[in-house]
Amino acid sequence: MTAVSIEIAAKTFPASGGAPARRLYADFSLEVADQSFTALLGPSGLGKTTLLNLIAGVDRDFEGRVAFSREEPRIGYAFQSPRLLPWRTVLENVTLPLPKTAASLTRALGLLTEMGLGDAADVYPERLSLGMQRRVALARAFALEPDLLLMDEPFVSLDEANADRLRDLLAELIARRPTTVLFVTHDSREAVRLADRLVVLAGPPVRVEQDVAVTLTPEQRTMPGEVDRFREASLGLRRGAVA
Amino acid sequence: MAFAGRLGWSALSLGVFVALWWIAALVVDSRLLPDPPTVVRALVVAAETGELIFNLLVTLARVAASFAIAMLVGSALGILLGLSRTADRLLSPWVVLFLNLPALVIIILAYVWFGLNESAAILAVAINKIPNVAVTLREGAVALSRDLAEMARIYRFGRWKTLRHVILPQLAPFFAAAARSGLALVWKIVLVVELLGRPNGVGFELQSSFQLFDVATILAYALAFGMIVQAIELGLIQPWERAANRWRR
Ligand SMILES: Nc1ncnc2c1ncn2[C@@H]1O[C@H](COP(=O)(O)OP(=O)(O)OP(=O)(O)O)[C@@H](O)[C@H]1O
Ligand SMILES: [Mg+2]
Repeated sequence: MTAVSIEIAAKTFPASGGAPARRLYADFSLEVADQSFTALLGPSGLGKTTLLNLIAGVDRDFEGRVAFSREEPRIGYAFQSPRLLPWRTVLENVTLPLPKTAASLTRALGLLTEMGLGDAADVYPERLSLGMQRRVALARAFALEPDLLLMDEPFVSLDEANADRLRDLLAELIARRPTTVLFVTHDSREAVRLADRLVVLAGPPVRVEQDVAVTLTPEQRTMPGEVDRFREASLGLRRGAVA
Repeated sequence: MAFAGRLGWSALSLGVFVALWWIAALVVDSRLLPDPPTVVRALVVAAETGELIFNLLVTLARVAASFAIAMLVGSALGILLGLSRTADRLLSPWVVLFLNLPALVIIILAYVWFGLNESAAILAVAINKIPNVAVTLREGAVALSRDLAEMARIYRFGRWKTLRHVILPQLAPFFAAAARSGLALVWKIVLVVELLGRPNGVGFELQSSFQLFDVATILAYALAFGMIVQAIELGLIQPWERAANRWRR
């Protein structure tokens, strides 16, 4: 239901406080198919978060347009930092964007439990570790049942075991309720594991350097050997070249 | 417990103060420096005639009215200044001007221009306090988190939810600061306003006692009103602040 068509003629951050003006995007375009899972890879400081902000409509200060195939899609955005309301409990943070119904509450509690936060529902976010806060932010994004899910490096600052569990959970949630996903990451293994399309960005100004379809089966994705083989073959990466 | 400890220290400190006062009164031995029992007796006398309660209530009503107006107008103004650069450029010189205008000047002008009436009195007090509130709330509005505002927008919180769950909690410490310093300032100015142009209230009573050099009654009123303000601070502002800060680590 939600394909996204992105055309950025120009996106520039003006000079401020001694920093020179930065031209991040010029004549950039990207088509995202409905119910696709696109992983965006690219070096730090390139403009990936900026891209998600443009798509989400938080940043409207650019030339170009972002069009959705449906009116006003519901957007779930797991920001690069958790952005929770510190004065509301974990559960309240997850339920606030939802309609006030018993179903919302059940869904929120269910998600929190699945994320291993069942005990933390009534805790204030600042008393949680950063990794736990990130999971709350993820639960908030999922609970909305979004048409478009934007995720900005959602699994950093989690330990490997937890991150793996959450990757599995993410795959499962999306299998259960398909949605369009744009997923920024620095971790190409994670990208291959989850996405059906890898878009490697380079620049500035940002351009698409590589655009690869991930052709692994769900079983192959859970096998580290297969994932590595695919990375090497498609991205031209030697083992361990990029974390 | 920490609270009991704090209470203990406060009691001790006040006890020392009363003791010093008592000793001074004994040494000076004058009607102009009555000892604590004399003040308490004056308090009882004023209470028995019903005058004390009446005047306290009148003054409290004035404090409440001008405090409410000042908080409302000052907050609105401060938030506007914090959110709009244009408004800030245009209006902050006014705020600075009023901030530095002596309370007495405002009071006298209010009485001269609007007459010796209740509205003029309350207006004068409120105007004295509004710039303080505005300056405090401006700090709060400037510091509002953009990250959270964006989050609220993406998650379609709407106006009311955003105000209630995102904006007001961020401003709460600034409201508390404005309220606390506000209460102290407002009740002091209300007394001056009453002294200059009202036929009742604690300020008026103080003036009558002043003309009779009745220091015991002056101290009795000061004591009674001071205790009320302290009770408001302890019973209202501090519990509210604690509740608003529950989430902090
Ligand atoms: N509000 C802003 N004002 C000025 N410059 C900005 C602003 N936001 C981002 N930038 C600049 O734009 C560039 C891209 O930032 P962005 O956050 O999009 O990078 P990123 O690709 O997400 O990096 P990372 O992988 O480290 O998160 C950076 O150089 C940053 O300094
Ligand atoms: Mg980023």
